[in-house]
Amino acid sequence: MQIIENATVYDAIIVGSGAGGGMATKVLSEAGLKVAVVEAGPFFDPALPEHQTQLKWPYESPRRGASTRFRPFGDFDAAYGGWDIEGEPYTQKDGTQFDWFRSRMLGGRTNHWGRISLRFGPNDFKHKDIDGYGDNWPISYDDVKPYYDKVDKLIGVFGTNEGLPNDPDGFFLPPPKPRLHELFYIKGARKSNVPVYPSRMSMLTKKINNDRGVCFYCGQCNRACQVYADFSAGTCLIFPAQKNGGQVDLFVNCMVREVTTDAEGKATGVSYINKEDRKEYKLKGRVVVLGASACSTARILLNSKSKQHPNGLGNSSDVVGKYLHDSTGADRAAFIPDLMNRKVSYNEDGVGGMHVYSPWWGDNSKLDFPRGYHIEVWGGMGMPNYGFGFNVNEFNKFFGTKVGGYGDVLRGEAKKYYGATMGISSRGESIALKENYCEIDPTTVDEFGIPVLRFHYKWSDLERNQAKHAHDTFEEIIHNMGGIPLGDKPGKDRDYGLHVPGRIIHEVGTTRMGDDPKTSVTNKFQQLHDVDNVFVVDAGVFTSQADKNCTWTILALSMRASEYIVDQLKQQNI
Amino acid sequence: MDRRKSLKSIVLGTVAGGLAIHGCKPEAGSEELVESPKITYPGRVPLEEELLAELEEEQFLNPHEIETLTVLCDLILPGSEEFKAASDAKVVDFIEFMAKDNEAFQPDIRGGVMWLDHKCNTENGVEFKAASQEQQKAILDEIAYYDPEVPSNERPFEVNFFSLVRNLTMTGFYTSKIGIEEIGYKGNMPNVWDGVPDDVLEQHGVAYEEEWLAKCVDQSKRGIIAEWDENGNLLT
Repeated sequence: MQIIENATVYDAIIVGSGAGGGMATKVLSEAGLKVAVVEAGPFFDPALPEHQTQLKWPYESPRRGASTRFRPFGDFDAAYGGWDIEGEPYTQKDGTQFDWFRSRMLGGRTNHWGRISLRFGPNDFKHKDIDGYGDNWPISYDDVKPYYDKVDKLIGVFGTNEGLPNDPDGFFLPPPKPRLHELFYIKGARKSNVPVYPSRMSMLTKKINNDRGVCFYCGQCNRACQVYADFSAGTCLIFPAQKNGGQVDLFVNCMVREVTTDAEGKATGVSYINKEDRKEYKLKGRVVVLGASACSTARILLNSKSKQHPNGLGNSSDVVGKYLHDSTGADRAAFIPDLMNRKVSYNEDGVGGMHVYSPWWGDNSKLDFPRGYHIEVWGGMGMPNYGFGFNVNEFNKFFGTKVGGYGDVLRGEAKKYYGATMGISSRGESIALKENYCEIDPTTVDEFGIPVLRFHYKWSDLERNQAKHAHDTFEEIIHNMGGIPLGDKPGKDRDYGLHVPGRIIHEVGTTRMGDDPKTSVTNKFQQLHDVDNVFVVDAGVFTSQADKNCTWTILALSMRASEYIVDQLKQQNI
Repeated sequence: MDRRKSLKSIVLGTVAGGLAIHGCKPEAGSEELVESPKITYPGRVPLEEELLAELEEEQFLNPHEIETLTVLCDLILPGSEEFKAASDAKVVDFIEFMAKDNEAFQPDIRGGVMWLDHKCNTENGVEFKAASQEQQKAILDEIAYYDPEVPSNERPFEVNFFSLVRNLTMTGFYTSKIGIEEIGYKGNMPNVWDGVPDDVLEQHGVAYEEEWLAKCVDQSKRGIIAEWDENGNLLT
C-alpha cells in the first residue's frame, strides 16, 4: 500500500481537538495561519439534533441511562470512549495498574468533563521549593496569569474573587445560589473548620458574547450543551475559529500514527490512518502541534522513530512518558436524615455539578503528606435514572424498621428518601515520579497497526496518607451535617479508598517542561528541546499537577504556546 | 470550498455537520481538499447501534417467565385507583432488555422464576402465576425482607432474587413517564435557578446568608454581556 500524500502544506498541523488542540486551533487560525486539525474520532456538535442527548428522558434509553462499555458515565453522557475501547488496547506492567480514559470525538474529553475550572496558584508552580518533592516548573504563576485572565474572558467561568493565597482570583461570572444539600454541606464543613466557597466552573450564568447561549440550568453539562452555554473545545474554540474566517481544515476519524521528519530531523508533518478506509495518509506542515492528550502525545512521540531520533521524537532525554501522574481521588456517600420528606415543588437541577466547593485549606507542614486536595459535593433531587429505587428503603435500618418488602409502602419510601443522599469527593495532588510512566509495548499493536502504550504506575504512601486524611475529613463533615456515612470506611487494605490511577482522568506530566533538555521534554514555551518545530499543548507538559483540575491550565498554557508559535513563525525562527 | 456558504451554515446552525469537514481522503496531489457532505454519527456511534440491534433481536424471557414476572412486578408496585402498576410502565420489557444488556442478571432471573414455581407448587400445588394473591404474598413475605447487616453475597438466593426484581421494578417504573410524574421530579427542562424556595428552607431549618447571596447571579441581568474592570470586578 502506498502512503497517500496531500499536496497542501499547512502552517500548522494540530493533533487532537480537546482543550489544548482546540485552543491552538483558535489562536493559530485567528492569526491567519492555515491549520489542519487531525482528530481520531468523529465530528460532534451538540447543537445538531441528531447528536443531542441533552434533555432526553431516561425512558429514551432502553437501559434508562445505565453505563455501557462505550459510555462508562452512562448512556446519555456525551463522551463516547472510555477506559476500554475496542480495537485500541493498552497494557500494564509489573502487576501495576493505570486505567486510561480516551474519548475519540471532536472536542475530546471536554464534551463531558465536570467543568471545574481552577487556576493553579503561585505555590503550584514552585512546590519543590516548599516541600522538596518533585520539581519546580520553569515558569511561575505570573507567567501564566495573563493567559488565565484571557481564558476567563474568552470562555467564561463562574466563581468569586476571595483573595485566597493559592487559589487566585480571576474574571468571574456570578455563581448560582447553593442548592439545599449544599447549604447542609456549608454548615457541616464550616463546623469542621473546612472553608466553603462558590464553585468555579465554566458554565455561562451570564452572557459573554452573542454566539453562545446562557445556562438554562438542566444540570446536564456532561451531555454537552446545545446552546453552547458550557465549555467544550468544539463549541467554544473550534467552531468560533471557523466562524471567524479561520482557515481550519478538520480531519475527523483520522488517527495520527507518527510525526514525520526530514534528513535534518525537523518535523515535516504527520502520518495518520483514516479509520474509514483504513489506509495511511500524510499531511505536510511547517509546525506540528501535539494536543492528543498527555499519554497519546507521548505515544505519538515514542512511535516517531527515525535515524535522527532513534529513541523517538523529542526523547533524547529518555523522559517522554515518564512522570505520568493523575489526581488522587476518594469519595464517601452519606444519608442526611434532615433532608428526608422533601417537597418536590421546584426544579433544582442547577448547573451540571456542584455550586459550592472547598479548596485545600490544610497546612501540609503539619501533616504526613505534602500536597493537598479540594472537596467536591454532589446530591439533590436529580432526574431518576438507572439505579433509582435500588435498595429503596435500606435507610430504614437507621430507624430500626424492616428493610425490603413490596407493595405501595415502597412508593412512600421512594418519596421519603428522594434527595436525602449526598456525596463528598476529594481530588488531590500526587507527586510526579519518574518511576510512574507509559512506554511503547513492543508486543502489541492496535487495530491500525500502531504500537500501543504499556503503563507502570504505583501510588506511594504520600498519596495513601492523603486519602486517609480525606476520609477522616469526610466522616467529620458528614457527622457535622447531621448525616450518617454510608458503607465502610476503607482501611489500609484498600489504600484508604484511593482510586486506581487514571480513574480521575487528570493524567499529566508525560512530556514535562523544563529548562534542562536532559531532564525535560519541552522548554517553557512547550517546544520540544530536540525539534524546534514541534510543540505540545496538552497536559503532558505539566511539571506537576496541583490540587486543582487541569483543564483551565491546559487552556492557558496552550494559548501561551500558540502565541509563541505565531511569534516565532513571524520572526522566521522556525 | 465555499467559505461563505459554510459561514452561513453555522450562523443558521443547521448543517454545521457539513462545515469544513473533509473526508479523511485527500485526493493525492490535488490542490484542494474535497469537502464531504457529512461525516457524522447520530448520537450513537456505529458500535453502539450494532449492540442495540443485536440485543433487540434476541429474546431472553420465555412466555411463562414474562407472565410470572408480570405478576411479580405488579405485586411489587400494584395498580390502584391512586397509582399505576408496574405493568402500566412496561417494567417487564425493561427487565428483558437489562437481562440481555447485563448477562450477569440472567441466571438469577431465570432460576428465580423456577424457584418461585417450585415453592408455590410444593406448598399450594399450583404455579406461582396461577396462585391466589394470598398464596403469592405468603411466599413473598418469606423472601421480600432482608437483613442489611448481612453482606448481600451471604444472603439466601431467593432473597437476593427478589431484591433484584424489586430493584429493577423500582428503576423501571420510576424512570418511565408515569413513574417520573408520580415521584414529582420537576426538572429536565429549561429553567432559571434562583435558589431554594423559602418554605423549603424553613422546612429543613436552613437559611441563605446575605453575604453569600450578594455574590450570586442576579438573574434579571443574565442576558447582559459581562464586562469587568481590570481587577475582575463585574461591571454589568
